[in-house]
Amino acid sequence: MRDVAIIGVGLQKWGELWEKSFRDLFVEAALNALAETKVDKLDHMYIGCMSGGLFVGQEHIGAIMADYLGQRYLGATRVESACASGGAALRAGFIDVASGMSDIVLVGGVEKMTDVSGDGATYALATAADQEYEVYNGATFPGLYALMARAYMEKFGATRDQLSAVPVKNHENGLNNPNAQYQMKISVDDVNKSVMVADPLRILDCSPITDGAAALILCPLEMAKKLSDKPAIKIIGSAMASDTIALHDRRDFTTLDAVKMSSMAALKMAGKAVHDVNVTEVHDCFSIAEIIVSESLGFFACGKGAAAAANGETRIDGKFPINPSGGLKSKGHPVGATGVAQAIEITYQLRGEAGKRQVKNARVGMTQNMGGSGGSSVVHVMEVA
Amino acid sequence: MMFPARYHREMPHRYRMEASKCKKCGAVYFPHRLICRECKGREFETITLSERGKLLSYTVIHTPASQFKDIAPYALGILETKEGAKLTAQIVDLPYEEIRTGMELQIEFRRVQTDGHEGVLAYGYKLVPVM
Ligand SMILES: [Zn+2]
Repeated sequence: MRDVAIIGVGLQKWGELWEKSFRDLFVEAALNALAETKVDKLDHMYIGCMSGGLFVGQEHIGAIMADYLGQRYLGATRVESACASGGAALRAGFIDVASGMSDIVLVGGVEKMTDVSGDGATYALATAADQEYEVYNGATFPGLYALMARAYMEKFGATRDQLSAVPVKNHENGLNNPNAQYQMKISVDDVNKSVMVADPLRILDCSPITDGAAALILCPLEMAKKLSDKPAIKIIGSAMASDTIALHDRRDFTTLDAVKMSSMAALKMAGKAVHDVNVTEVHDCFSIAEIIVSESLGFFACGKGAAAAANGETRIDGKFPINPSGGLKSKGHPVGATGVAQAIEITYQLRGEAGKRQVKNARVGMTQNMGGSGGSSVVHVMEVA
Repeated sequence: MMFPARYHREMPHRYRMEASKCKKCGAVYFPHRLICRECKGREFETITLSERGKLLSYTVIHTPASQFKDIAPYALGILETKEGAKLTAQIVDLPYEEIRTGMELQIEFRRVQTDGHEGVLAYGYKLVPVM
């Protein structure tokens, strides 16, 4: 297996980008990534997209994006694993380069979620849950995480204020991210008093509906210097795990086994322990998700993640900085692009380019990207080459 | 979306609470499966779930999908039956303030949703207080 490096990354400012088309979003991010490199010809493209079909009525996304990027005749594959599509695309690209099948690979992620109504978006997102046995009976995505939140709060005595600490922290970080959808400060009180979505989760516990894309360029580490002046970021661990898609079939509603298994495998591959990781981007689609993920990754013991968030342990200057980018909550959550953007934030952090949100002395970083209510999870570990 | 064929083949589970029990290890699956997650066994006997169970968690949904607009806000919970099967269902005929994790609830046959103005009436199970 060859060593694989990230040599260029590209994003745009995320939000409700009504003036940009689905394909323009992707191409813009991809061109931004290519601009950081000297690459002019790709060998393959992997594009994370959760539901082009339901959000914009477009499937066959690999070919259309390759064409619009001016890269005809190369292999281009769409990768889908619900909200973990971007992470899964990165893993596919990593495997392709590591195996020697391809040299230069573009990994992208894209979702255009605001061309449909709120109803349409709720419907499309809910397809990541069990259609026949959850959604049929009225489950929504926030509803499933609310079921987890209630179970967690009752089991461990976590408080409303502790839950709120997560979006407050992430919005604080997002203030320093020029690409974030919502650059605004919020307080614990704002979260506690915001509109109820699915009890106990309120609107400020939830990540938004977002248009956006992200892209990065991978190549064998030994080619990195020739192809880019940016510091090469080496991917040292990659793993994915699945679990039951229906929340009710899980062993325990307050841990995420797919997260646990994927992070254990990725860290083992990287030869690192979780406490060697200096900065982490996790899937905070809801406040409770970041808390449970931080425990399932091994940063905190079961039931301790909520208090840790409230005590500032996950802030940029805390013991285990989580989501310096602002996370899905502030940066936005264009589902198929999210996992790729997490790797981009870690790249900025490890290159020392994160500006005011820079975690000091970040040498090892990790991303965790989740599909559905935890039915899949992808973890990557990276370090400065 | 209520495609008639899809709706029809789910009837044994939604209408009659049919589940399958692994003949090798006894694990119970609702709905049925072709292979046991625990022991990889492929032989099952069909059982009917008991009508009562314990509530494991619940929420009150204020922002529903469009087919549930008329009844929002509504309560949704996860119930575990005596056989160990777990299912997600709406909790009805009970004020939200009285819902508690751990309480016993009863499974009843109810209308779940309607597909459009003159569309298919879709039935299934809901959770109600024990009489
Ligand atoms: Zn079995």
